[in-house]
Amino acid sequence: MVKLVIDGKTVQAEEGKILLTVARENGIEIPTLCSHETLENTGACRLCVVEITKGKRKKIVTSCLYAAEDGIVVDTKSDRVLKVRRFVMQFLMARCPTSDVIRDMAANMGIAPETRFKPSEDGKTCIFCRLCVKACEDVVGVSALGFAFRGVDKALGTPYREPSPACIGCGSCAYICPTRQITMSSTENTRSICGKTFKMKACSVCGRYFAPEEQLAFISKKTGVDLEALSVCSSCR
Amino acid sequence: MSKINTLDALDKAAKKGRDLLFPSTKIRISIGMTTNSIAAGARSVYDAFLEEKKNKNMKFDMVKTGGMGFDSVEPIVDVVIPNKPRLAFAKVTVEKVPVLLEQVARLNLDRELPFYRVDEQEDIFTGETIQYVKGRLPRVFSKISLREEIPFYKNQLKVVTRNCGVIDPENMEEYIARGGYYGLHKALTEMKPDEIVQEIIDSGLRGRGGGGFPTGIKWRSCREAEGDIKYVICNGDEGDPGAYMDRSLMEGDPHSIIEGMIIGAYAIGASQGYIYVRNEYPLAVENLNRAVMQARKAGLLGKNIFGQKFSFDIKIAKGAGAFVCGESTALIASLEGRAGEPRAKYTHTVEHGLWDMPTNLNNVETWNNVPIIIARGSKWFSQIGTKTSSGTKVFSLVGKTNNIGLAEVPMGMTIRDIVYGIGGGIYNDREFKAVQTGGPSGGCIPKSLLDLPVGFDELADAGSMMGSGGMIVMDDTTCMVDIAKYFLDFLAKESCGKCTPCREGIRRMRSILEDICSGGGQEGDIELLKEMSDAIIDGSLCALGGSAPSPVLSTLRYFQEEYETHIKGKKCPAGVCKKLIKFRILDEQCNGCGKCRKVCPTRAATGSRREPHKIDQNLCIQCRACYEVCTFNAIIIE
Ligand SMILES: Cc1cc2nc3c(=O)[nH]c(=O)nc-3n(C[C@H](O)[C@H](O)[C@H](O)COP(=O)(O)O)c2cc1C
Ligand code: FES
Repeated sequence: MVKLVIDGKTVQAEEGKILLTVARENGIEIPTLCSHETLENTGACRLCVVEITKGKRKKIVTSCLYAAEDGIVVDTKSDRVLKVRRFVMQFLMARCPTSDVIRDMAANMGIAPETRFKPSEDGKTCIFCRLCVKACEDVVGVSALGFAFRGVDKALGTPYREPSPACIGCGSCAYICPTRQITMSSTENTRSICGKTFKMKACSVCGRYFAPEEQLAFISKKTGVDLEALSVCSSCR
Repeated sequence: MSKINTLDALDKAAKKGRDLLFPSTKIRISIGMTTNSIAAGARSVYDAFLEEKKNKNMKFDMVKTGGMGFDSVEPIVDVVIPNKPRLAFAKVTVEKVPVLLEQVARLNLDRELPFYRVDEQEDIFTGETIQYVKGRLPRVFSKISLREEIPFYKNQLKVVTRNCGVIDPENMEEYIARGGYYGLHKALTEMKPDEIVQEIIDSGLRGRGGGGFPTGIKWRSCREAEGDIKYVICNGDEGDPGAYMDRSLMEGDPHSIIEGMIIGAYAIGASQGYIYVRNEYPLAVENLNRAVMQARKAGLLGKNIFGQKFSFDIKIAKGAGAFVCGESTALIASLEGRAGEPRAKYTHTVEHGLWDMPTNLNNVETWNNVPIIIARGSKWFSQIGTKTSSGTKVFSLVGKTNNIGLAEVPMGMTIRDIVYGIGGGIYNDREFKAVQTGGPSGGCIPKSLLDLPVGFDELADAGSMMGSGGMIVMDDTTCMVDIAKYFLDFLAKESCGKCTPCREGIRRMRSILEDICSGGGQEGDIELLKEMSDAIIDGSLCALGGSAPSPVLSTLRYFQEEYETHIKGKKCPAGVCKKLIKFRILDEQCNGCGKCRKVCPTRAATGSRREPHKIDQNLCIQCRACYEVCTFNAIIIE
């Protein structure tokens, strides 16, 4: 265990636990956009930065990546921290002005759009939090989504912007996307996502369409469970 | 190449190399054949020499070497005549080749006076003096300037570039003849790994890749880190626009990098090395690959080097040329086959680097310093340069100086001595305005700091940085807002795009600068730029974003009034920003020659012959063509 101070409060924490978790466990809220409990943090959004004092040195660290250390003093709302957060939110508001999620979150934080930043007009709401990419790669295990290019041209999508042969239509990316950039649409027996339309499997018991066939085939192959056994929906199982 | 596993074998190879470098009967003609000399025409000059040799049935050795440094007078041809001063000819063209050869053969040097001669030279590796001239200096040579008298070379000290332009980089024996691999022999047979690390610490060597981190301390951390396998990496990504010192070293002296890495690997306990080179450097890749093969054949890479219980090998990896891939964690990601994106550095690469193993990454020039430190000792090395920045630094001196090229100088030399001494002052006698150092995220040093000594800390204190050693000299025709905009544009495109402040923030700063340059600057922009800079520096994930606002901050620090003139006065004092300038013809100066009228692409310049001309502001697109072509100084920028 280590002992540290967060916003004036002395707290105990397991060594190695990240500051964000320690703060939250102690009732101190830190805003985040790219952290998700099932995924490894990447430090992409930079909203969670905090200022720490270690000995005589003060520095800004990423609380979703920085492990708690003995004797450090953490300030989650210092001027420097708030300035970073303000600009991150203003940058994102200008990046995706149509996103109500971002707008509401900024409003909650008391941050107004910076009028000097011309809002983007492409209608996209991607904030590059990469939760979809991580979920697809680390949880689902197919890597159908990724980033292309870099800098101002960086773009999220499937390779070569074509429907990905690897995509199994599981919908995890749409589910995890905080700003609804990735959406999924369904008919009774199909599902469309990431530019690809999937045939849905009807439950062999109740007849309800419950999962894309490609997803079931993928699960069967990965787990070795017979495809037959997977053709029953969760309610009938 | 036979095996080199003893001192004796090393001596034998050195003897062979010496016979090539200092032929006793034949003339040796070498041409700098680097990417930049090839661009200046070196390849056709080389071919012309071969052609002439064949046609006239002449006997001399032809060699391609690395760069000689003085790029504005390339192609340079270097001639070694047995027992005579070593000569160099500059700006050689294909047409001049027959004359040069005839002159050299007859020792009659009147028609094409050589650029310089070298009578004797210190061999930096041994400290001994190499005498080119045996006996008395023949009269024909006395009117040729000595190299030491030429301003570009006068105050240079070639330590890491000692072999560039001297040896044939394809020939390992020539490298050995210049003291190569003796440092390695000493390290492996006379020193313990800890002693080597200590020697590097004592030398005061600091990383030449930008950060200036003490090399020996990094080595020690990596040596002490736990791991079954350890790696050493050479960073040859060199992404700074205008910088080409690492390329020059990789092209001109590849063995020195390899030797440095073997010594480092032995000291750290690494068994595998990688050299990461950008794919845009094909000649560097080729020369490094060949050198690695040669070293392997000689047993200097592979198992039981110099008969010791130490094995090490090197692979060359090609990067796709993203600037961010020069950043250590992005480089490692790229080496592992992942996208070149940096990660937070809370776990250190010396402990968890490539494939999660302890990894020591150093820059090309850093590795290049290692053999000579071991050979001559840390004391010798630390006497060069300043207390906090020891040794030398290679700078690429480009921009508005008269002399352009790579210059290696002891740390601590002043900017004035570099710009006005080595650089020969400002082109066309214009006014010096600033020098941009440290690459795209460096800063601009103004005239008032011309006497600043160059060193890691001095440059950082002045709001810039050493970076990899780029120096772009600017005169009074450069607009500082425009320059800041240029670098931010580069960084906006080269940001990896992973984190919000860097990806979104830099381009927002860029667009404010674009506004300022085109008359749309607003009250409060300067304050906003400063605020954004704070947030981007504090908020970014890696040092790319962490230093990206520097071009803006350093120009604001020294040239804020130029920003204000753009914003409030809607004028560009340097006459660069098109939307803020007007071209006008002075009636009293114009004699109606009509040159401007002929060159104007939009017919904005009009007038009758022998009558003063006029420029229609509604048609003018500020292309400058009239301004450049007018020989009567009749056109002014307002
Ligand atoms: C955006 C960025 C680009 C960099 N590019 C290079 C490069 O091209 N070459 C290099 O040697 N170091 C580069 N660096 C510095 C490296 O991260 C690292 O500090 C260096 O290679 C370590 O070697 P050294 O200690 O010998 O300097 C870059 C750093 C950043 C942040
Ligand atoms: S939550 Fe930590 S950087 Fe996004």
